Amino acid sequence: MSVFLRTAALSAALLVVAPVTAIAQHHATPATPGIQLHMPWTRATPPGAKVAGGYLTIENKASAADRLIGGSFEAASVVEVHEMAMDGGVMKMRALDKGVSLAAGGSTELKPGGYHLMFIDLKRPLKEGETVKGELVFEKAGKMPVNFKVMSIGARSAGHAH
Amino acid sequence: MANPLKIIRIVAWILVAAVSAVMLVVLLAPEKPKGLAIGGPFTLTAMDGTRLDTASLTRGKPYAVFFGFTHCPDICPTAMWELSEVLRKSGDKAKDFRVFFVSVDPERDTPALLKTYISAFDSRIIGMTGTVDEIAAVARAHRAFYRKVPTPSGYTMDHTATIYLFDGKGELWGTFDTSESEDNRLKKLARLLGN
Repeated sequence: MSVFLRTAALSAALLVVAPVTAIAQHHATPATPGIQLHMPWTRATPPGAKVAGGYLTIENKASAADRLIGGSFEAASVVEVHEMAMDGGVMKMRALDKGVSLAAGGSTELKPGGYHLMFIDLKRPLKEGETVKGELVFEKAGKMPVNFKVMSIGARSAGHAH
Repeated sequence: MANPLKIIRIVAWILVAAVSAVMLVVLLAPEKPKGLAIGGPFTLTAMDGTRLDTASLTRGKPYAVFFGFTHCPDICPTAMWELSEVLRKSGDKAKDFRVFFVSVDPERDTPALLKTYISAFDSRIIGMTGTVDEIAAVARAHRAFYRKVPTPSGYTMDHTATIYLFDGKGELWGTFDTSESEDNRLKKLARLLGN
């Protein structure tokens, strides 16, 4: 994309976001243009487990595509972006070197059996009900704080009714 | 006197017919069934550190086998949790049912780590590990696939995630698929246990 287009898009985004930011200043969440994070969750881990998966829905409201390239998680040393797939009864997992692409105006779900964050080298077991802080890193939107809710050990989704 | 050429021709045709007959027999012969057996008892190191022959524990009762590893973020803990729920809900009927969790990552999965990990699940689930060669042999016997896959920070494992169900004779009876409903699993297990 040309510098002009990107600047134009950014200006447009700022015009839209600026008033919202002003209104939202009382809230703790900093406004990052374009990217919105929904229902971040992970699972309680069995004792001794050294890894866990992180899941959420990422909405990219910006006019340009972005990319989730990494992150950090308070209870783990390393965070990688992975993709899991079932292939003829075989569970296959791959680290995504280039991260997950987030189409402009699109919504991307990180969920069990698909894209997910891999929390590696857990420093402690994750307990159901707690909230663990983390950060996601996007190619364009930069860093964004995120709080992962720890669901039950066998949870298949965040389990929210809404 | 017969024409020598005619004799050669007849002999040649007889040979062609004989070779064709042999080929037909070979091609149409039914497959020998001995190559079809899947699974069977095995001896590995159990999570308490002792060598365990599965046959000595199942003693003619149905059992299940799952190939997994503890550095597994999704399929392994959820599969073991769901299986624990099925066992719990099956209650006493399944009291002698055993599930062998065979590690496909014996380099990291020591008996002690398996014991800690499996403690989160039903006590009928038994973690098993062994040498790289032993695990390969057990996986081969089950036609289970697994492979080490490098990641930026180390490695992970691709592996067959199906849960194998064996009857009291140790013959493959069926499977639990990863996406199967709990209700279906409960019915299957009840059928396997003959209730």
